[in-house]
Amino acid sequence: MSFRIAAAPHGHSQQSTSGMMRWVCYALLPGLLVQSYFFGAGVWFQLILAIVTAYLAESLCMMARNRDARSALRDNTALVTAVLLAISIPSLAPWWIIVIGTAFAIIVVKQLYGGMGQNLFNPAMAGYVLLLVSFPVQMTNWLPPATISSHDLSLWQTLHTILFEYTPAGYSVEQLRTNIDGVTMATPLDSVKTALSQSYTLDEIFQRPQFGVLAGVGWQWVNLAFLLGGAILLQRRIISWHIPVGLLAGLLIPAFVAHLLAPSVMPGVLFHALSGATMLGAFFIATDPVSAATSPKGRLVFGLLIGFLIWVIRSWGGYPDAVAFAVLLANLSVPLIDRYTRPTVYGHARGDHNGN
Amino acid sequence: MSEFRELTRQGLWENNPALVQLLGLCPLLAVTASITNAMGLGLATLFVLVGSNITVSLVRQWVPQEIRIPVFVMVIATFVTIIQLLMNAYVYELYQSLGIFIPLIVTNCAIIGRAEAYASKNPWPKAAFDGLVMGVGFALVLMLLGGMREIIGNGTLFDGAELLLGDWAAQLRIELFEVNYPLLLAILPPGAFIGLGFIIAGKNWIDAKREAKAEKIEKTVTRARVTAES
Repeated sequence: MSFRIAAAPHGHSQQSTSGMMRWVCYALLPGLLVQSYFFGAGVWFQLILAIVTAYLAESLCMMARNRDARSALRDNTALVTAVLLAISIPSLAPWWIIVIGTAFAIIVVKQLYGGMGQNLFNPAMAGYVLLLVSFPVQMTNWLPPATISSHDLSLWQTLHTILFEYTPAGYSVEQLRTNIDGVTMATPLDSVKTALSQSYTLDEIFQRPQFGVLAGVGWQWVNLAFLLGGAILLQRRIISWHIPVGLLAGLLIPAFVAHLLAPSVMPGVLFHALSGATMLGAFFIATDPVSAATSPKGRLVFGLLIGFLIWVIRSWGGYPDAVAFAVLLANLSVPLIDRYTRPTVYGHARGDHNGN
Repeated sequence: MSEFRELTRQGLWENNPALVQLLGLCPLLAVTASITNAMGLGLATLFVLVGSNITVSLVRQWVPQEIRIPVFVMVIATFVTIIQLLMNAYVYELYQSLGIFIPLIVTNCAIIGRAEAYASKNPWPKAAFDGLVMGVGFALVLMLLGGMREIIGNGTLFDGAELLLGDWAAQLRIELFEVNYPLLLAILPPGAFIGLGFIIAGKNWIDAKREAKAEKIEKTVTRARVTAES
């Protein structure tokens, strides 16, 4: 009989990385379904492309490093990166966009830093920023939600557009975005930003067809669906509440105060909470356990910082949405956050860390 | 002669200013969006480096230790002014596209570094040679990075070479593939950081391979001795 002594810590959550990552994917499903309802089936093609690219890139890297590729694929972290990136990009973006983004995320951002658990930056968001900086036109070509769009794309038309950048009838994505009056339909965040710069007030902007009861048409439901997915993750204890709560507080408290002070130019809490990638970012992107801060207090600060940065960049930055930039900037500050939020060891005086 | 060979090895590989000393990164990262720009700045730096190394070496006996750095900076600034006026006169368009980075050669640490570390302690022929190989080493890295970024970002090579080399160079332009949408990241500053990272990683990889090879040979030698003794 063997009496093996296991190393500390002895308390164990009984969750494997692979299982946790699988649950993250399940929890993304409500959001994905709503998104494909409003923005077309393109997101499923993007998903397939992203997953194939991610698995190929991951296997190639593992083989180049003389490691077992199958065990690396089985931990599902590459899968989550691929899925997050596929959700983040416009559903009709040309196929090479997602391929370049995913390959960069896996090879450069994840594997070159040492693979799973070693990356400094959130791979999906670093890939997204690469794409946004390099191909701003394709990356901001979001279709108007299906309910107010004047075009209805079949599966084949969607696939054709992703592969060849034109529908079989020869429409470009730019033309598909145009409504029946010949006006290009921008995303809610984008239209608010542009219209504010043209001295419209928020009341006038919210009269436009792409705004609904709570926030933008379509986007509000996508965000609520991701909030539901986030609730599943919280309930199953895959993520803790610190980062999402921190992020939402960091975003919504400044938004609330600013809206009180300047109601005609600063959008309010509901708009910020249910636009763009707020909920996806709060529950699925910022909660990446590898590139986030480590202690609970640190994670709260990390979330607050991301939320505040999102609000600042949305209000005054050059890009309409800011989750990717905010997450990367907060990733950079993680060592500092970890240093100042180190928990006190039991039995030691406050601030008494080994070494200093 | 062996000293010159050692200097060459140091300048081009072992102690390359851009890849090992990591000096002069500011112009290295800022102007290498195309191979023409890289070549222009590389040649300018090369000229300043050789000139300042020779001058510093010639005056080293008369420069008091305490004020040597200001003197070196004055010497370097003189050469930079010369090259700036020359470029303004003869390659005006390139001069405009390099912009502030020509005057900024003054602050390139690779140049003052060589003046302090080598030229101020050695006779002028050696100092001149050191300046030459260090400058060539720096320029080669600039051109490699510029070429990488131009190919990935634009799909071309030697675009605008006629600005530097005269009209005949217009035919040097190679279009490797047509890009409808340039990969802007490669041309923007982040692309320079990532590209330089890859070049340094490549150099370290080659060094590690060589070292592993050298060790293997040594091992076989020792084993042979052991068998001879026993």
